[in-house]
Amino acid sequence: MAREFKDISPNASAGEKVTNWFENRFPTAFDAYKVHMSEYYAPKNFNFWYIFGALATLVLVIQIVTGIFLVMHYKPDAALAFGSVEYIMRDVPWGWLIRYMHSTGASAFFVVVYLHMFRGLIYGSYRKPRELVWLFGCAIFLCLMAEAFMGYLLPWGQMSYWGAQVIVNLFAAVPLVGPDLALLIRGDFVVGDATLNRFFAFHVIAVPLVLLGLVAAHLLALHDVGSNNPDGVEIKAPNAPRDANGHPLDGIPFHPYYTVHDIFMVSVFLMVFTAIVFFAPEFGGYFLEYNNFIPADPLKTPAHIAPVWYFTPFYSMLRAITSEMMYALIACVIGAAAFGVVKAKLPNIFKGAIVGAAVVVSAAMLSIDAKFWGVVVMGGAVVILFFLPWLDNSPVKSIRYRPDWHKYLYGIFVINFVVLAYLGVQPPSPIGERVSQVGTLFYFGFFLLMPWWSTVGESKPVPPRVTFVAH
Amino acid sequence: MKKIILTLALALGVVSGAQAAGGGIAWDKAPSKTNDLVSLQNGAKVFVNYCLNCHSAAFMRFNRLKDIGLTDQQIKDNLLFTTDKVGETMKASIDPRQAKEWFGANPPDLTVIARSRAGAGGTGADYLYTYLRTYYADDTKATGWNNLAFPNVGMPHVLWELQGKRVPVYDTIQNHGHDEQVFKGWQQITPGTMTPAEYDQTIGDLVNYLQWMAEPAQNTRIRVGVWVLLFLSVLTLFAWRLNAAFWKDVK
Repeated sequence: MAREFKDISPNASAGEKVTNWFENRFPTAFDAYKVHMSEYYAPKNFNFWYIFGALATLVLVIQIVTGIFLVMHYKPDAALAFGSVEYIMRDVPWGWLIRYMHSTGASAFFVVVYLHMFRGLIYGSYRKPRELVWLFGCAIFLCLMAEAFMGYLLPWGQMSYWGAQVIVNLFAAVPLVGPDLALLIRGDFVVGDATLNRFFAFHVIAVPLVLLGLVAAHLLALHDVGSNNPDGVEIKAPNAPRDANGHPLDGIPFHPYYTVHDIFMVSVFLMVFTAIVFFAPEFGGYFLEYNNFIPADPLKTPAHIAPVWYFTPFYSMLRAITSEMMYALIACVIGAAAFGVVKAKLPNIFKGAIVGAAVVVSAAMLSIDAKFWGVVVMGGAVVILFFLPWLDNSPVKSIRYRPDWHKYLYGIFVINFVVLAYLGVQPPSPIGERVSQVGTLFYFGFFLLMPWWSTVGESKPVPPRVTFVAH
Repeated sequence: MKKIILTLALALGVVSGAQAAGGGIAWDKAPSKTNDLVSLQNGAKVFVNYCLNCHSAAFMRFNRLKDIGLTDQQIKDNLLFTTDKVGETMKASIDPRQAKEWFGANPPDLTVIARSRAGAGGTGADYLYTYLRTYYADDTKATGWNNLAFPNVGMPHVLWELQGKRVPVYDTIQNHGHDEQVFKGWQQITPGTMTPAEYDQTIGDLVNYLQWMAEPAQNTRIRVGVWVLLFLSVLTLFAWRLNAAFWKDVK
């Protein structure tokens, strides 16, 4: 439907005339600017933790722009790939800078996304009405993992090659279809040129497209329901205080207030980012693994294959699932079923179903290789995040008003995650295995028992307004 | 709680301890001087004369040596053996099939060898510096040579004329009732054309060159980085004040 054409005084300035010309022809852009920038009211009590969304967007842009330039010189061919990366590093003017920005950007992406997710976790940003924002975010995280995994194959070094080999082989552990599935992913019987080409296609086109779509959905959904804040107070609730124009008193226009915030923090972030790019691009072998400077050799398996640091918590959980560990998992299943039968108020038919399901699951756990369950656990560790909005029953959103012991629990959760990440970098060892098994049980216990523990204890009263101290 | 943390810390300690125990001997610290042009040029000379016969540096162009103070003419006159174009990469003339027959494996490309050999024991340069200085005569090996940093190495001691023939001397000590061999020092069997100090110096230069060749942009990178950080500090300062100016009136 056409809008009414706005006329402007002939005495108006040239700038106003140009603006008017565009506004009459592309009003959507002007509306979007208002909805998402100048009249998007964000809570004014955002703290340090609220910067990582903007930083993730920045890193996404860095990855896309540097990626475009890398693709101009990179050759997705098993015989040429390694050499073309070295060509970028040596012969392309400033190629080394573009490549280091991209490789450091990959790690930076996970740093900011992990911190961004942690923010959501502690302030209850996933709770009603922001469940979809959280779900889109989890999907972004999943895409990011796929993007990073496939991108890591492209330099075609030893770690690229064997990392991909190990992970793709995991799919072969799926009962019945496994071997064919692994074959479908590789496009060959071993990781080879076909794998490199398809991973390249996914890495530069397919996954980024999905990623951008999801980021748009994440932001649009967020701006529909409004941002959460460290107090978990709804600033746009029907009974929330508003000024004469109907704007929330606890809110502040995103632009210019949060844009200047973001400019400042982006500058700080860039100092850290460029310090790594220019002074420690390998970051002690964590961002660029030493082994990856050896060209891929299908005949020479490295002694120790470890994924890049951002995958290691999940890799640890994969390695934790040994055939011995299966007995612990079966005990958990039986324990959960027994608890359900004894405690839950259900008709007997449902209780029978619970027992039946437990028996079937236990039998499957005994008969199918532990490697498959390792894959299930690794995938489950990511998938379980999607369910978070429905696992949390706490009467308050923010950690600030939860019982104090919740803070310690979240603290242990973080330590546990870091320990798992550390163990995933290390070569397997008996003690490391035991610790990672306990860590895996804790990780899943944290989420699966959340419906129960999140209701335990006395939460503190939530204030009617956000707590804001003028700067 | 404390107990758990303690156990965890202990577990991690043991894990990382076990990690450090593997592999050959501890690595010596290589002299780090990728800004020293004389050392780099000497290293390039040693590299081209001794290494390039069997090993390639297939991603390294001869004319990149201009970065370490050489001219095209100097490169052409002194360093070009395998090609006559300075724009070519450093390719060895050895036939890969013969190489495989002689040494059991193809000599690896050395362009980024210094980056690939870094590890828990030190930088890749440290490893190479140790490796190239710990060859010893060993009659049980096909080549007659063995190495302390890389036991059962396939490459013979190419620089033996410079270093001479040596064998390691071990001390036998008692450790918890077991006899243990501990490396004590070297015994020179035949002298080399260089003194041990000169040899260390030469290897230092060679490793220095390998380190530089692995990433010719490394010194540019640091130089540019300093300016970038200076710029960003100023930007941060302004951004900080800009932010404060906007938020001044928010109550």
